Amino acid sequence: MATLSSTPTMLNLASKASKLLSKRLFSTTKVATAKQMTVRDALNSALDEEMEKDERVFILGEEVALYDGAYKVTRGLWKKYGDKRVIDTPITEMGFAGVAVGAAMAGLKPVCEFMTFNFAMQAIDQIINSAGKTFYMSAGRVNVPIVFRGPNGAAAGVGAQHSQCYGAWYAHCPGLKVISPYTSEDARGLLKAAIRDPDPVVFLENELLYGVQYPISDEVLSKDFVLPIGKAKIERPGKHITIVAHSKAVETSLEAAKELAGKGIEVEVINLRSLRPLDFNTITASVVKTNHLISVEQGWPTCGIGAEILARIMESEAFYHLDQPAIRVTGVDTPMPYTKSLEGAALPQVADVVKAAKKLMKVK
Amino acid sequence: MALSKNVCVLFKRCFQNKLSFKYLSTHSQPPIFPGAKAEWTQKLEFTGTHSYSPLPIYQVLDQQGQIIDASEDPKLNSNILEKMYKDMTLLNVLDKILYESQRQGRISFYMTNYGEEAAHIGSAAALTTNDVVYGQYREVGVLLWRGFTLPELMNQCYGNAEDKGKGRQMPVHYGSKNLNFVTISSPLTTQMPQAAGAAYALKGKNRVVICYFGEGAASEGDAHAALNFAATLDCPVIFFCRNNGYAISTPANEQYRGDGIGGRGPGYGINTLRVDGNDPLAVYNATRKAKEYAITESKPVLIEAMTYRVGHHSTSDDSSAYRSKEEVDHWSTNQNPVNRFRMYLQNNNLWNDELEKKWLAEARKNVISAFEEAEKRPKPNWSEMFKDVYETMPDYLVKQMESMQKHVEQYKEHYPVKNYSK
Ligand SMILES: Cc1ncc(C[n+]2csc(CCOP(=O)(O)OP(=O)(O)O)c2C)c(N)n1
Ligand SMILES: Cc1ncc(C[n+]2csc(CCOP(=O)(O)OP(=O)(O)O)c2C)c(N)n1
Ligand SMILES: [Mg+2]
Repeated sequence: MATLSSTPTMLNLASKASKLLSKRLFSTTKVATAKQMTVRDALNSALDEEMEKDERVFILGEEVALYDGAYKVTRGLWKKYGDKRVIDTPITEMGFAGVAVGAAMAGLKPVCEFMTFNFAMQAIDQIINSAGKTFYMSAGRVNVPIVFRGPNGAAAGVGAQHSQCYGAWYAHCPGLKVISPYTSEDARGLLKAAIRDPDPVVFLENELLYGVQYPISDEVLSKDFVLPIGKAKIERPGKHITIVAHSKAVETSLEAAKELAGKGIEVEVINLRSLRPLDFNTITASVVKTNHLISVEQGWPTCGIGAEILARIMESEAFYHLDQPAIRVTGVDTPMPYTKSLEGAALPQVADVVKAAKKLMKVK
Repeated sequence: MALSKNVCVLFKRCFQNKLSFKYLSTHSQPPIFPGAKAEWTQKLEFTGTHSYSPLPIYQVLDQQGQIIDASEDPKLNSNILEKMYKDMTLLNVLDKILYESQRQGRISFYMTNYGEEAAHIGSAAALTTNDVVYGQYREVGVLLWRGFTLPELMNQCYGNAEDKGKGRQMPVHYGSKNLNFVTISSPLTTQMPQAAGAAYALKGKNRVVICYFGEGAASEGDAHAALNFAATLDCPVIFFCRNNGYAISTPANEQYRGDGIGGRGPGYGINTLRVDGNDPLAVYNATRKAKEYAITESKPVLIEAMTYRVGHHSTSDDSSAYRSKEEVDHWSTNQNPVNRFRMYLQNNNLWNDELEKKWLAEARKNVISAFEEAEKRPKPNWSEMFKDVYETMPDYLVKQMESMQKHVEQYKEHYPVKNYSK
């Protein structure tokens, strides 16, 4: 079957040891002096700059002002811009998402923060039926330039109702653009692009990445820096297998790629960055080169992002370039358990990706 | 139905008596709109918060623990009073130890109940275990009152093999089928329409549903839906708002502009009581009256218990960022519900320093031993991850489980298998 989804396993000691080894090798070769920035600061600086640049940009959500946001992404912005542009709301997701849609229709550029995307389900009618469709229904006369943002996907130790990926949900809907950044560069460039974009954008952050530092260049730090929405990034070139992932699953894929490199398997890792539009050209170009495809995501397998990618490959010329049926590595098809060890087992781990790669390459 | 019948009758009367209809001026006929029963007026005036005085706050005990109006004394027997006090203080001991254990990294999350002891215990004591509870998350006192044991609490917080929830939920998301306490749900306010639904199902069965919620949660659309449905479907449910002044950092005055949550009740056609949530006897009387009314009339009641959240919102919060120490101190000392109740008991010779000392030592010992036991217990078997997604496990999950089984079997020396129950 082409749609084998992951078998959950935990990291074994062997793979841990080789991870450490390859990490050390890498840090000596790469950007030793580069500046670092956390994803949180990348998002924060993007918000700050876009607010400074455009008076119409404002933030609303629960706890975003005085409290600096539940995950401190809006830190300092209320102090700088005041009540008029950083607005604490009552606890009514449907309400403030609707207010944001109205404000966007009236010419403002709201950034609507959800404490987590799990709570955006209370507001999903406003996001899909109103924000996503108004431009179309008004025959192109009413724009809804709005960014819905907040943490998405599995966090740590917060159980079934706080730990799920909405990437596939929103990517399903025409009218929305959907972004799922991985590094600080992604976060900065894409959030700035999302705020400037005339269409509604769903911007899916990852709580566990907020505090992670990534190297960042001067170009990325420039106030004019934006990344194109709908363009993927090749995080690591390789010639044997294409791995397509988004958000935190890119990290898992890169670690697996390092481990596989030690065994002579060179993996090309594609960081999708945007889930809708999906950069299919980058994926096919890579598949044509490597002849093997694995998708990795933390979300569930059924109707997931991997399912979409595999289906599109199946429908395209690239299908004939596959040497083996493609494989999806996904979260386990159950609600997220709370207990730590089970939580780890429910998410794709490096060992799962390595196993899928070995299966494709027919090595033990 | 009833309304439209009235309208027909009125029209019929008018048409039968054509003459009088012709000569009557409109405003001498009462309005017959189907949407509201009201009178005509010729004065153009806003109706607003100035038109009514705020709902008064019902009290039984003063700050010194004296009954203010003897006719309001619920005359509870001494066993009940003692259990109330013991559960309030046990709640404090429990909170202290579990909060600290989170700080030490032994459990992942916790929420304390400080300041709201009287609201929990006063309302729980007025109901029976047969009445169904839908909670928000800060209502552990209700569970203690109903007999949820310390080991049960601790097993949940540890998500160990003995946890009835199989370690699938975050700490404090308790539930007990035996005690009719519905498992806590993380997304706010989902419990409110569900409580109305449960009450609808229990109509005429001499049981009520009580649904706890915060003044912050009351801003969700679900709160509106719940109140309107309970009113229109005549559901025997008590909506019990814990108005503790804060929703994480958001103070109540940014949450709403009307007269609290209670002020909304009459707008929905729901009988409402506002009560001093720090006075256990007042909360008891209010809840008992609400239950009687809900059952005899088969109608909802809204209770707003005015109180104060003394602790941080949760272990993820530091409330010193948004409120002063003086403010918190005022509530935890001058307005402390546990102290007030203790004074009441002491005034009536039902409690003294010696009993207090003995009880607190016992409570601490029990909490710590339950805690240590829970910490030692193994985690649920890993295969639990695949169970209960559906009544019957589908083939693809069976396959995944078997594949994991094989894997763990093969590499068992790499896994902490011994920490998991067999
Ligand atoms: C969210 C939603 N639910 C249900 C409907 C179907 N619906 C259309 S009109 C209507 C009745 C609305 O009644 P009211 O608001 O009193 O307006 P009226 O028709 O009396 O002018 C319903 C239920 C809908 N359009 N949208
Ligand atoms: C739908 C939803 N939105 C936001 C949250 C995050 N959240 C959890 S508790 C809370 C505050 C609730 O305040 P309140 O209802 O007053 O209860 P209290 O904590 O004061 O007891 C918030 C915003 C959530 N759990 N669910
Ligand atoms: Mg509150």
